[in-house]
Amino acid sequence: MKGSDIKEYPAVWLQAAGCTGCSVSLLNVINPSIKNLLVDQVIPGHHINLRFHPTVMAGAGAPAIDIMVDTSQKKKGGYILIVEGAIPTAKNGIHGVVGERDGKPVTMLSWVEELAKDALAVIALGSCAAFGGIPAAYPNPTECRSVGEVLQTKGINTPLVNIPGCPPHPDWFVGTVASILLTGLPGPEDIDEHRRPKAFFGQTIHENCPRRAYYDENKFAKKFGDPGCNYELGCRGPITHADCPVRLWNDKTNWCVGCGATCIGCTEPGFFDISPLYEKFSEAALPEEV
Amino acid sequence: MGKIVIDPVSRIEGHLKVEAVVDDGEVKEAKSAGMLFRGLELIMRDRDPRDAQRITQRICGVCPTSHSIAATLNLDSAFGIADKIPDNGRIIRNLILGAAHIADHILHFYHLVALDYVDVAKLAKYEGNNPALNSIKDFIVRGELGPFVPRYEGDYRLPDNVNEQAIAHYVAAFDMRRKSQAMLSLFGGKMPHNMGIIPGGVASVPAVDNMTSFLWRLKELQEFIDNVYLPDVLAVAQVYSDYLEIGCGCGKLLAYGSYELDGKEADLTKRKRLFKPGTTSTDLKFGDFKPDKIAEEVKHSWYADSISGKHPSRGDVIPDEEKSGAYSWLKSPRYDGMVFEVGPLARIMVNYVGGNTMVKNLVDSTLSQVNLKPAAMFSTMGRNLARALETKLIADSMVDWILQLKPGEPAYVSYELPEEAMGMGLVGAARGALGHWIEIKEGKIANYQVITPSTWNISPMDDKNQPGPLEQAITGTKIRDEANPFEIVRIVRSFDPCLACSVHLLSSKGRDLGKFKVC
Repeated sequence: MKGSDIKEYPAVWLQAAGCTGCSVSLLNVINPSIKNLLVDQVIPGHHINLRFHPTVMAGAGAPAIDIMVDTSQKKKGGYILIVEGAIPTAKNGIHGVVGERDGKPVTMLSWVEELAKDALAVIALGSCAAFGGIPAAYPNPTECRSVGEVLQTKGINTPLVNIPGCPPHPDWFVGTVASILLTGLPGPEDIDEHRRPKAFFGQTIHENCPRRAYYDENKFAKKFGDPGCNYELGCRGPITHADCPVRLWNDKTNWCVGCGATCIGCTEPGFFDISPLYEKFSEAALPEEV
Repeated sequence: MGKIVIDPVSRIEGHLKVEAVVDDGEVKEAKSAGMLFRGLELIMRDRDPRDAQRITQRICGVCPTSHSIAATLNLDSAFGIADKIPDNGRIIRNLILGAAHIADHILHFYHLVALDYVDVAKLAKYEGNNPALNSIKDFIVRGELGPFVPRYEGDYRLPDNVNEQAIAHYVAAFDMRRKSQAMLSLFGGKMPHNMGIIPGGVASVPAVDNMTSFLWRLKELQEFIDNVYLPDVLAVAQVYSDYLEIGCGCGKLLAYGSYELDGKEADLTKRKRLFKPGTTSTDLKFGDFKPDKIAEEVKHSWYADSISGKHPSRGDVIPDEEKSGAYSWLKSPRYDGMVFEVGPLARIMVNYVGGNTMVKNLVDSTLSQVNLKPAAMFSTMGRNLARALETKLIADSMVDWILQLKPGEPAYVSYELPEEAMGMGLVGAARGALGHWIEIKEGKIANYQVITPSTWNISPMDDKNQPGPLEQAITGTKIRDEANPFEIVRIVRSFDPCLACSVHLLSSKGRDLGKFKVC
């Protein structure tokens, strides 16, 4: 395919109050590979042009900031904004800053507002961006907010998709982006009440867990390493929506319960305030359909 | 006096800011500053102590494994089970940490550092038949060059054939670091943020199939480390040999030690570890390490002065965003009141001078290949080389560890949660000495303090106005082209900083980092 036949989708990846884990998780994508994503056509005729990504990009300093601003001004309505991390809002966002303009530091809060306004779509990647995550956990010292909350406060109506997870599985991100390129933005029937794509978050961990039979027979592990369902060790599988048990992680090698651990509910709002993690959560928290 | 601003510094983890004053082409003064405050230590308070491992991993998605190890060592000691972890648990923790270090160091050299030395744009003229290189050439020809452009222009020196090979290895290294994380997930469940490491050991009992799979995945990584990674680091070091002198820094090195070889000794400073703890400096003398000598100072950090100078076990976090003279969210950890650099360089050199034959033999044989003396390790390129040497030592040791596992036997010990306890966990993380300290009261976390390696390395000036290690490494550096200050970013990235930051070079009027203004 000739260069002129390839549609370029500029993308800006903003890191806010997070840990870069979502970016590292994306590096673990297999088919397509991360090299395919960066330089090849992710779908024939479509190329994601990742113009700004703090962990990957060659450039630094003012030229890098310029390209981010340039993208938002010259590609209005045509670029994808990906946000990783929650947005500190206390004291006008003073606790988180990315770069400067005119000699003044620019807060993550003002970047999200400026970049989201004219984007084709915003992807809140990871539980911090989608729901606030760890930095927003009690007592939320920096008043971190999810991207959705910030957009709502600022009256910005750009389409938003939440892809939670701590970190999110790379397939969830790539699958969502590919779906946008192929069939357009997800409709109301494609996302759940938390704006998560149903394709990946439509079922609970519990529904597909290979240890489910133990649960149904009331065989529970009493300590780590025991055979049995990990429910009494604190597993959040029954209240957590994600396809981990069937998708598997890291080259389809394993997943949380597969290594003997519990699901800690990392794709759900309120993740890390449903604690302690190593105690059975209350029956009342169980959704009715399970 | 000149002013250059680099903000943000990319290809690091986190939010960092460095300022420096340049006069007559030389950096006269530099400042580094962390630009994100999440208050995780405040979030930890009043929670179940066991949750510390899950929460503190989320400090960093690049090096979560090191935090999971430091947190569990910390909790093991607080729970009184530091000498009771079954060998299977101890060994699997080592394997998980080792797999993380391999992935991390490969990522650092190829994906964070290499673009400072390798010229991707040159592939526009590529005429060979490597499919990966031709696909990058097609990409360049199409003209949408993100994320490889913009970049600094000028000082790319590799000969065409070495440059092309390095780019092919940049692509291959993506697969290798990914495979190392997949290897980790055999016992860790997933990466980032492994689930396998828990207080008391690990979550699963080792099985023969996982052990075999781990071993053969490791062998593929060893081949890459020996035949690609280490040779590439040496090749780049030889072409950019001036960087064997640039960026020496404070010259004092501190290591906590890592990889537990003895499960029966509760005291981490006495326990037999693959890399032993200690200090050294450019004089190449070994010094013992005593955790009591660590203190954190905050004169130039956005925290109340009342918490300055405390040992981390009694440390506190009281933010003060308006503090005059402060310019960073990082505190300044100091050892015995002095500035120390931490990291793979510290681990390698402390063990080199401390009688670790395995380390000494590899360092001597490698340096003699390229006609260098140990003094060359105290440099920008020395840090990158130390990282590669350490990767090889860890990978080679892991083969023996896998074979020591006993399939089907326990890897976890049960414990009682104490009402009142103190704990300490010290480990050599990918980026250097990492410490966690906990105080438990009424069965809950009363205080949790973390000092990360980058807090040591990127720390601002301390109470005595001594600049931090990175600040010292940049100061005195000659800048050839102020519009393309390669020297600064190469020095910064050799530390593998783990915080989002930005680097500034200040005007002579300077010091405006002291007052924070929000846009």
